[in-house]
Amino acid sequence: MSEFTVIETRKLREVRKGATRKHIINVTVRNEFGVLARIATLIAGKGYNIESLSVGETHEKGISRMTIEIIGDDIVIDQVVKQLRKLIDTIKVRDLTDIPHVERELVLIKVHTPTARARDEVLRITEIFRGKVVDVSQETYTVEVTGDEDKIRAIVELLKPFGIKEMARTGKIAMKRELGWEENPQD
Amino acid sequence: MSRKGADIVIETLIEEGVEYIFGLPGGAIMEVYDALYRVGGIKHILARHEQGAGHMAEGYAKATGKVGVAMVTSGPGATNLVTPIADAYMDSVPTVFITGQVPLHLIGNDAFQEVDIIGITRPITKHSFLVKRVEDLPYVIRQAFHIARTGRPGPVVIDLPKDITQQLSDVSIPSKEEAISSLIGYKPHLTGNPQQIKKAVKLITEAKKPVLYVGGGAVNAEAQDELLELAELMRIPVTTTTQGKGAFPEDHPLSLRMLGMHGTYYANMAVYNCDLLIAVGARFDDRVTGKVEEFAPNAKIIHIDIDPASISKNIIVDVPIVGDVKIVLNKILEEIKKKGAKILHEREREEWLEQINKWKKMYPLTYKNSDKVIKPQYVIEQIYEVTRGEAILSAGVGQHQMWTAMFYKFSFPRQFINSGGLGTMGFGLPAGIGAKVGRPDIPVFVVDGDGSFMMTMQEVVTAVHYKIPVKVAIINNGYLGMVRQWQELFYEKRYSEVDLSIQPDFVKLAEACGAVGFRAEKPSEVREILEEAMRIEDRPVIMDFHVDREENVFPMVPAGKSYKDMILEDGKSPDVETMYLVG
Ligand SMILES: Cc1ncc(C[n+]2csc(CCOP(=O)(O)OP(=O)(O)O)c2C)c(N)n1
Repeated sequence: MSEFTVIETRKLREVRKGATRKHIINVTVRNEFGVLARIATLIAGKGYNIESLSVGETHEKGISRMTIEIIGDDIVIDQVVKQLRKLIDTIKVRDLTDIPHVERELVLIKVHTPTARARDEVLRITEIFRGKVVDVSQETYTVEVTGDEDKIRAIVELLKPFGIKEMARTGKIAMKRELGWEENPQD
Repeated sequence: MSRKGADIVIETLIEEGVEYIFGLPGGAIMEVYDALYRVGGIKHILARHEQGAGHMAEGYAKATGKVGVAMVTSGPGATNLVTPIADAYMDSVPTVFITGQVPLHLIGNDAFQEVDIIGITRPITKHSFLVKRVEDLPYVIRQAFHIARTGRPGPVVIDLPKDITQQLSDVSIPSKEEAISSLIGYKPHLTGNPQQIKKAVKLITEAKKPVLYVGGGAVNAEAQDELLELAELMRIPVTTTTQGKGAFPEDHPLSLRMLGMHGTYYANMAVYNCDLLIAVGARFDDRVTGKVEEFAPNAKIIHIDIDPASISKNIIVDVPIVGDVKIVLNKILEEIKKKGAKILHEREREEWLEQINKWKKMYPLTYKNSDKVIKPQYVIEQIYEVTRGEAILSAGVGQHQMWTAMFYKFSFPRQFINSGGLGTMGFGLPAGIGAKVGRPDIPVFVVDGDGSFMMTMQEVVTAVHYKIPVKVAIINNGYLGMVRQWQELFYEKRYSEVDLSIQPDFVKLAEACGAVGFRAEKPSEVREILEEAMRIEDRPVIMDFHVDREENVFPMVPAGKSYKDMILEDGKSPDVETMYLVG
């Protein structure tokens, strides 16, 4: 059959596929009943996991802000963003991934510190990371650190050999930088 | 004045202009039913099953453009509404679904007849509300109607805890503006970006082989006049989806009829070969595009849609225009007129129309009629003739739905009421009833499959109860026909669980329900029955047409395949040499 020879001379429509990577999305919402469930349902409906999520009130009454981290295909995430905008209770949705922004996360790590040496070491590491020891027992130190993803990953790696008994993270919060091009010395 | 929450519900519905509610009462919603009885002002159609009520509300909305309202009790009443809610979501039908709920203090306790209907329907609603304070009632109801009918329309659920409907309040009914002022994040974008409109006009004037691809969004926006003007002014052929039918008259010389899986040969060929595709309120559904890579492969695409999330979802487009279809088309027309824009390639444009006419002549929609056995297509053609093409048709889902789409020529918007996105068997009869309630001035035919009909046939009794003279034509092939067709074509005729030859006597069934029943087994009986049915105005008619059992729907583009794999009648492939234009 000549059927396919005809086809081959024709251009095919390109099916665009985006890169898969981590996205960080800020969502400002009216703090109404069920709004979190709605957002979670929408993201789950696309088959994605939420990597981290943080929610809190803003300075305006009844308005909350969420930061959502998801790993996914750029094009599907673009869809997610558009659909989030469509929700009645969302006010502003912004994918910060490619926009200069500040990211912070707070983590609490309970480390096994039975010996004086372990306590000294952990304290020293904590100081280097500008963290604090916020709880002490005979067996443990609980360390609080704030930072971006790399910093948190680094301290977790350094503390692991001592034995981490418990760890809790707040999930990231993020904010667009006003002067996008300027390196922030505090980073 | 202090009155019960339930009274506030009815008052606000009246303020919103609601004329009909379709529903069925129960414990949790009884206060509202009591208020309906006491306050009056709204007519209620008591369906025999909540699914029926939901589809009636949809049919009413699809036929009139007004918001359809269904009201049910909590628990099983609410879960019976899930299918209509999903259906309304998929086809963007403006609807408000009111569900009773257990009293607030019992929510979450697995109380009697409690389900989390808000949770269950979250992914299939445009929005939903659980009312927690009696004072919120009029605000919530007004917001629900606003959300349901504006932007891309859709279903909104209002869940009413029983105690809220019992509490007293003297809250007054706010104005629309006041009620919606707190929806600060909801502002549908209407006007279309002027830059994009200029680009679109440029592409339209430069194109040699343009096609307009029109979906339900054009019907929702009531853009038929603008569409006709644009098509005629710029000489652009028009194809529509199942939901877009009637937005452009199918008896117009520029009409290509329907595209997609069961589209016409010429519509699909035109889309395959065009160099500019103008999508208007359509969403590139997979039943339309087939294999995406080979959908309009050489065309630039303009996409006009009210819903930004619909744009570049399935196919990346060149000129996206977010806005109300009617407003945007008007701006495009204005721009064309202001600039005195002309078709640049007159000669190529005329050749394109000639080519399309050749395709139309080569493979028109046809079937082989018979004088021994009733062909389903013949029944549809006869319905077209006895109604002079002026009836509203609603359909179930399956072969009969596609034959209706093919062999009835639709000429005005809201004329073909069917379940496109969800493909809900059982939609046809209740939706037809809702349509007739909304448009008593126009005859309404329900074209149903024997399988589809049996899914909601209890609503015949509802039509008898309210003397709603819908005319139901059952295209009875004794099969789940569309599934059988796929088994024939793609599963070597292994007819797994599709035989419906054990079925009720539909004539006796009609009579038992208080309707009129007719049966036709020979082609010569078809016309007479239809004419008789047209004369009955005081109750529903059920016509049982025993048709050729193994007739197939062609043309057909198998799922996920390209238009080039189209199967014409008798399983023939089209002559490949004729399918493509060079260059
Ligand atoms: C509620 C529901 N269940 C199952 C299907 C799958 N389905 C699609 S078409 C079809 C057969 C429809 O049979 P019938 O109503 O007799 O119409 P016909 O195709 O014979 O015209 C089925 C089972 C569906 N669309 N909806």
